[in-house]
Amino acid sequence: MLYREVGQFKTTYAADMAMFPIRQDRVALWLVLLVAFVGIPMLSANQIWPFGSDYLLRAILMPFLILALAAIGVNILVGYCGQISLGSGAFMAIGAYSAYKFGTGVSFPLPFAGFDVSIPPLPMLFSILLGGLMAAFVGILFGIPSLRIKGLYLAVATLAAQFFFDWVFIRVKWFTNYTPSGSVNAPELNFFGFLVNSSIEKYLLCLIFVTVFAFIAKNLVRGNLGRQWRAIRDMDIAAELMGIRPLYAKLTAFAVSSFIVGVAGALWAFIYLGSWEPLAFSIDRSFQLLFMVIIGGLGSILGSFLGAAFILILPIMLDQVPHALGVPISVETVSHLVFIVTGSLICYLLIVEPHGFAQLWSTAKEKLRLWPYPY
Amino acid sequence: MIRKTLAVAAFAVGAMAVAAPAMAQNEQFLPSLVYRTGAYAPNGIPFANGVADYWTLINERDGGINGVKIVFEECETGYATDKGVECYERLKGKGPTGAGYFSPLSTGITFALTEKVPGDKIPLLTLGYGRSESRDGSVFPWNFVLLGSYWTAADVAIQHIAKEMGGFDKLKGKKISLVYHDSPYGKEPIPALEARAKKDGFEFKAIPVTHPGVEQKSQWLAIRQDRPDYVLLWGWGVMNSTSIKEAAAVAYPRDKMIGVWWSGAEPDVTPAGDQATGYKALLLQHPAGKFGVHGELEKHVISKGKGAAKDDFAHVLYNRGVLNSMLGVEAIRTAQKKFGNKPMTGEQVRWGFENLNLTAERIKELGFEGMLKPIKLSCQDHQGADEARLHQWTGKEWKIISDFYTADRSILDPMVKDTAAKYAADKKIAPRDCAKES
Repeated sequence: MLYREVGQFKTTYAADMAMFPIRQDRVALWLVLLVAFVGIPMLSANQIWPFGSDYLLRAILMPFLILALAAIGVNILVGYCGQISLGSGAFMAIGAYSAYKFGTGVSFPLPFAGFDVSIPPLPMLFSILLGGLMAAFVGILFGIPSLRIKGLYLAVATLAAQFFFDWVFIRVKWFTNYTPSGSVNAPELNFFGFLVNSSIEKYLLCLIFVTVFAFIAKNLVRGNLGRQWRAIRDMDIAAELMGIRPLYAKLTAFAVSSFIVGVAGALWAFIYLGSWEPLAFSIDRSFQLLFMVIIGGLGSILGSFLGAAFILILPIMLDQVPHALGVPISVETVSHLVFIVTGSLICYLLIVEPHGFAQLWSTAKEKLRLWPYPY
Repeated sequence: MIRKTLAVAAFAVGAMAVAAPAMAQNEQFLPSLVYRTGAYAPNGIPFANGVADYWTLINERDGGINGVKIVFEECETGYATDKGVECYERLKGKGPTGAGYFSPLSTGITFALTEKVPGDKIPLLTLGYGRSESRDGSVFPWNFVLLGSYWTAADVAIQHIAKEMGGFDKLKGKKISLVYHDSPYGKEPIPALEARAKKDGFEFKAIPVTHPGVEQKSQWLAIRQDRPDYVLLWGWGVMNSTSIKEAAAVAYPRDKMIGVWWSGAEPDVTPAGDQATGYKALLLQHPAGKFGVHGELEKHVISKGKGAAKDDFAHVLYNRGVLNSMLGVEAIRTAQKKFGNKPMTGEQVRWGFENLNLTAERIKELGFEGMLKPIKLSCQDHQGADEARLHQWTGKEWKIISDFYTADRSILDPMVKDTAAKYAADKKIAPRDCAKES
């Protein structure tokens, strides 16, 4: 009854092509944004439960937002364009380390030419975006094999990116500014004179990035480019016969996806970790992102958020349940239980709803529209 | 219906998990970041047990620190940095005054938390690990790399090699290789070893092993070809025993291998069986075995069934855990002298660390005689000691084989100063003026 678009007449093309054509969806979206941008910071600033400490903000919401952003990036490549990638961790690392280099100043010694090429430290925003651009560039390079190989074979090729960049960032000391330990520290988060320090500011910063890129991604995937990606995903030969250039479609998917993943990597390193080593972007991270996308829903921006929430937050919650209930079991038992419960939930979900949470969501919406007379 | 009940139950559980349980006011909350699962668990478990048992002892025997009961909670990190950060955020605000101090027992987590503790004002107690340059308390006010850093360890290891060879002049032209865990932990000693190589004229080679370190065939084949005179081992967890087994496989003499103090405990040698006999490692002052404090632990904790220790009681890493807790508790006690016998905030505990002064009498009184030499910290010096010795695995037990060596501060101090100054410049930190601190 509440969720029905009856009576909402569209009188302009713009209204007909809107991102969320149903009014209820728009209202819900505005509400979510209002809560995220105003409600949560307000609660947190006034220390109202459950935001009394900054635990929820710093340990749950910030990583959730950043990983959701990365999942959006992976979803564009895997979910929309159908190119399986196991190199997302590497692209996050490229974003993080490039942003670090741009943020602290780049200097190429050119001994044969007799001079150095050096770029002074760039402003933080440009560093992060340039980190994304570098990731996009490398993404295009590693996307080239996708023109010849498909499916699992492509997954293996992107796996090469993962191992190669793990190796590069461990071995090539130039990337870590020759720190003795190979671990690097994020420079101060200075956005045009505004220092991002407190948890609320960091959270809002992540939120702004995620919101902007989620809107860009949402618009991309429903536009010309997104239709090309989906055509390639559904049947590449048919798409080619219809006049879609696989080269262009696949490489743009790799570029856009890697760009977003790279930006997420820079945020993960700069805002969440503060100091990191290549292990932060290991193969485990790639798998984590891929699982988020599969469980959240392939080919859905909302699914990226839901998947990130499930994979990231569920284990953290499960980990705290026995302690909060006062059950005296040791931490190792709890962490084994978390593995068991999360694993079986994933299996159960994939059997019951192989298309992920996004599909559950749209089924629920369909039911709501028919309610109270479902058939 | 069942579904609905389940949903309601799940929601209730979730809500309770978020709500913090009420705490009594006269309690000192101490967090414990542990790893009892994963590739590093064999080494993580005894340390965590030692940490917990000493706190239990203080509660059982003394009724807390000057009457302030210790409340502690463990959080499983699995040695993963992002999980460690989550645990830190989860535990830092608990108790009436927040967490007293953190001991992550992971160099990676230490690096990440170093960025966070200045904001939250909680000290980091990193006993023999972490950032070597954090000895400089003017740049790293919150880090306490107590008893020794990796640079101390590297320096002492070379001194011992020189002694075995018969003098520093004999090091010239010799080959020393470092087999290291390829992470900040393993890379930390490299600058100190390079500085030593330059000074003493030996040929230094660093051989990385990727996490978690179960695959080392190619590294040891390279060692077989190269035949270095000594191999230093900077491993952790399952990597250590694998290294010893691989050394045996290429017939590299185990008594020419010297492990850092994180590669010299029972879980490192026992899986290798007889192959480990003769393997040497550094000691972070204390050896394995029972000392005064162990009698107290047996009497008040273990015999009452309240101990966490199993067969790791009085093992190397268990003892290190006990030592870690003792130093933390004594820092709190020191702080209480100034601020009163009540729960201390992180900032007060930091004052306690900086003014920690354990004399020989006090160490004896605490039951740590033979485990620790007198130690005194200051605002400038957050390490307090430069000494280490070696022990050797006889096949059954660890046997101490050397006297204390003192690391050469004329080499290490300038490195600490330079690296800390670079960090301060990068992070735009104005170093504290320690002359003005009380």
